[in-house]
Amino acid sequence: MELLKQIFVEPFEVMYALPDLLLQTLWEGFVSGTLYSLIALGFVLIFKASGVFNFAQGIMVVFAALTLVGIHAFGVPAFLAVILTLGVMALLAFTVVRVVMKPLVNQPDIILFMSTIGITFILIAGGQLIFGGEPKAMITEELGLPTGASDWEVGGGIVIFQHIDIAAAVIAALLIAGLALFFNKTKTGRALRAVADDHQAALSVGISLEYIWVVVWFAAGVVALTAGILWAAKSDVSFALQVVALKALPVLVLGGFTSIPGAIVGGLIIGFGEKLFDLYWGVPILGGGTESWFAFIIALLFLLYRPEGLFGEKLIERI
Amino acid sequence: MLKKLILGAAALAVAGTVQVTTVSAEDTLYIPSLSYRTGPFAGAGGPISNGFADYFNMLNERDGGIGGAKLVVEECETAYNAQKGVECYEATKGNGALAYNPYSTGITLQLIPKAPVDQIPVLSMGYGLSAAAVGEKFPWTFNYPASYWSQMSSILKYIDANGGVKGKKIGFIYLDVGYGKEPIPLLDKLAPEMGFEWVGFPVGVKEMQNQGATWLNVRKERPDWMIMWGFGAMNPTAIKEAAKIRFPMDKFIGNWWAGAHADLEPVGEAGKGYKASSFSGIGTDFPALQDVIKYVVDAGKSQAKKEDVGKVLYNRGLFNAVIMAEAIRAGQKSSGKVKITGVEMRDGLESFVLDEARLKEIGLEGFTAPITASCKDHEGSGAIFVQQWDGKTWNRISDLIPPMTDVVKPLLEEAADKYVSEQTDWKTQSCG
Amino acid sequence: MFYREAGQYKTTYEADSAKFPILQDKLFIWFYLAIAFIVIPLIGGEFFLGAIMIPFLVFALAAIGLNILTGYTGQISLGTGAFMGVGAYACYKMTLAFPDVNILVFIFASGIFSALVGVFFGLPSLRIKGFYLVVTTLAAQFFLEWAFIRIPWLYNYNDSGAIEVPQREAFGVIVTGASASAEVRYLVCLTVVVIMTWFASNIISGRIGRSWMMIRDMDIAAELMGVRPLYAKLSAFAVSSFYCGVAGALMVFLWLGAAEVESFDYNHSFEILFMVILGGLGSLLGCFLGAAVIWILPVIIRAWLPPIVDTLTPFIITSSQADLVSDIMIGVMIVVFLIMEPHGLARLWAIIKQKLRVWPFPY
Repeated sequence: MELLKQIFVEPFEVMYALPDLLLQTLWEGFVSGTLYSLIALGFVLIFKASGVFNFAQGIMVVFAALTLVGIHAFGVPAFLAVILTLGVMALLAFTVVRVVMKPLVNQPDIILFMSTIGITFILIAGGQLIFGGEPKAMITEELGLPTGASDWEVGGGIVIFQHIDIAAAVIAALLIAGLALFFNKTKTGRALRAVADDHQAALSVGISLEYIWVVVWFAAGVVALTAGILWAAKSDVSFALQVVALKALPVLVLGGFTSIPGAIVGGLIIGFGEKLFDLYWGVPILGGGTESWFAFIIALLFLLYRPEGLFGEKLIERI
Repeated sequence: MLKKLILGAAALAVAGTVQVTTVSAEDTLYIPSLSYRTGPFAGAGGPISNGFADYFNMLNERDGGIGGAKLVVEECETAYNAQKGVECYEATKGNGALAYNPYSTGITLQLIPKAPVDQIPVLSMGYGLSAAAVGEKFPWTFNYPASYWSQMSSILKYIDANGGVKGKKIGFIYLDVGYGKEPIPLLDKLAPEMGFEWVGFPVGVKEMQNQGATWLNVRKERPDWMIMWGFGAMNPTAIKEAAKIRFPMDKFIGNWWAGAHADLEPVGEAGKGYKASSFSGIGTDFPALQDVIKYVVDAGKSQAKKEDVGKVLYNRGLFNAVIMAEAIRAGQKSSGKVKITGVEMRDGLESFVLDEARLKEIGLEGFTAPITASCKDHEGSGAIFVQQWDGKTWNRISDLIPPMTDVVKPLLEEAADKYVSEQTDWKTQSCG
Repeated sequence: MFYREAGQYKTTYEADSAKFPILQDKLFIWFYLAIAFIVIPLIGGEFFLGAIMIPFLVFALAAIGLNILTGYTGQISLGTGAFMGVGAYACYKMTLAFPDVNILVFIFASGIFSALVGVFFGLPSLRIKGFYLVVTTLAAQFFLEWAFIRIPWLYNYNDSGAIEVPQREAFGVIVTGASASAEVRYLVCLTVVVIMTWFASNIISGRIGRSWMMIRDMDIAAELMGVRPLYAKLSAFAVSSFYCGVAGALMVFLWLGAAEVESFDYNHSFEILFMVILGGLGSLLGCFLGAAVIWILPVIIRAWLPPIVDTLTPFIITSSQADLVSDIMIGVMIVVFLIMEPHGLARLWAIIKQKLRVWPFPY
């Protein structure tokens, strides 16, 4: 009885009593949801074009942010550092496709997946070897990202909007819009969609698979860099960040592996869900700290009912 | 291919024999250093190991070692991983290791039962098992200069002295592992006695950099003070989040692992006012540190950058080395030998005296609270001070605050009894 | 030449379907067992036994567990670390409750608990597979890690939040705790691993094992031929988790001596997956080879790389850099093996065997 009350009554009483807190929670959920979406987007890009489930996407986020900060530490101006980092990500994309993906063409998916775990290890250790393992501060101000906050008075309390969070949402939206334009309006983008639809057919009309893959891995690298900058601005650049990036997996399950809108909606659902759940249910009933598994359990339950995700193609092999 | 493999194996075998020459000779003292310059907590591990090694190297350069015996410090990388920690322990203990300083609660817990068997003491300086402070129950484990429980009681005393603790609500944000949860029994005990209310905010290891929900909860609970038991990437994130919800920074106080330069530098101005407890002095304005700079850092024999010398964790590693060095001296004195063993090191750890006069003598006047080692008490005085971040660096802002020994001691005894009761054949000692 | 089976006639079906049909194989296995049981404990020092051989055996056992699931049944799992944890915590609770019972009983019994947990988290595999299963097993991993922290009963309300292995005996010999000698711990570990490997090889070549492989190779065909996916998949999860659970209990009780949640984190799941990939999916021998490479190679690199670089080049490499280099090497090896030899070291061994058979002729 007590438990039922804790589940069904008390959370809503708190929500009603403290509307500012609820709004703040929703806003925080929205912001972290956008970032989850961004990370998931990187997965989707590569999965769509090459069928590779790129486990290394999470570490690419850290690696990109680390490279940026590392290059900047040599006294390179921030914007030049961004360009150089993009160069490094392009080089990484080229190397991965040339050295790992191309020889593994036509292997079972699971082999390709495992090879990306291998890449993860190389990037984690290589990143630490080159840049050192200690946490670093993100060069937020040098990049021209806003700091500070605005308040909004509501229901006897305030909701605080961090400018960096607003910027994160705007940048994420711009990036997604940019990618959509790129896919729909450019020649490469169309070739990319052709590859995603059917490898063989794309090959037979003269599209170079290797070129497309490099482009896709590079696009995933750009997304990773963006996600890395925005996330690291909230905390710092450190290897612990890659665990957070694993959150993209449940996001993908919710949204479907091949759907870009799915990644966005899935990210938002996880973002809202875990903040609301932890604050209103997790802390009073389970003692808190539920954020580490909430998303995964939701994904697990979701899989039992709708394995293809919200927007995914119904291609999952079921038995 | 096969030929290459055989050649490679031969090369490895040759190299293996070369390595033997580095192992300690007759007149050296061997000190293993379990470092973690990689992994999730590398930001803390690097400076600690640097300070630890540099002090011994300074003694080698300046005094020719201790009592004429050179000190050999060998690093073994654990990446804060308990399995690699055990590997390092097994690999180095045969070289005549004097004592182990694991700098990880997980590794410490594994070494505590091994210490009496291998007769090598464990010095877990300000971490590990609080109960190890009870010397009678844990003859081989030391946690100078204070246990977590002593520290928490000192922090509460500080809060009490700065605005009072009665009727206040204290938030306790902690890393959700054994380390973070350790002070909870003390909070439970002191809350009714001192008349405050406390709320816990656990942060999972995976959520160290994703604390949004935790701080929403802090906002909901509206505590008057926040105490943090954090480590690594958790600290800067927590302080940034606290700044975001406009928690008053001067009411936010970290423990001694949540108050390093590496924790606050990523936060910068936003963390201005944040406090932390500590037991090792800040800066290089001590003769001993000047010697370290002169003999080791400027001579290019350190892994540390010059600007990192004197920072909080560097000095903590250095202080660890000071305790080790003093215990070695005491062990040498009581045994009459230059090259001592783990057993004599243990005696040294129970008998060294690091009082004001001695601190001044070794060039660390005012660096820390004096410690008088004893058989009964393996945590020493336990006094800490509070430091505050001014946006650029740490400054000491309080005098030494001794713990509430009367409250902490019974708890320590109780915990030690519980540990011993679960072990069969646990060797205790009686202190005369 | 060395592996010639000419002249070895089989007169019964039993002999024909034996585990080691060729005399040389039989001799080899007895030879290796003799080395493992007699020579290694005699000549191996404490470091070799305690820091190399025991972990190697523990990881080999866990790799067998994962291989049953991934290599034989085709269900990929990233929850190995947590299933090992379930075994360790179960063993700890049981031996605290009944201190006088032979610890070996509990080491085996702890597998039952992790088997139950494994079956529970294996349920989604009935509807999904592949990457989706990666996500659900990661869910198991993260949820169990949280539970290990949040349920203080599991670690007996210790203030340290860790399980501390008490001293326990089996057959009058001290087996666990700090006073247990490395030789005893090694021999116990070896015995358990040998028995369980033998058991696994029998399960795999038996009816259950063949149904797993049918599911792996083509589930629809398997179903048409009368294999029930429900039973096949859940039994694979159960047996796999049983092995992981026992491996976890061995890890904490015979090797580490104390463990926090960190000892069962998701990195271990990866580590063991690597062992399986590198050793060879669907090969018991591969589990041992993979565990040897992933565990022992970094130990060698960490011990020898700094002095080699020191003596042969003007550079100095620190212990931590050597550690990172060994991580990179493992990553590179995974990728190289996947490209050059997806069937892992076990396949390499088969090739060597074939070469030995026809030597001195090329084929």
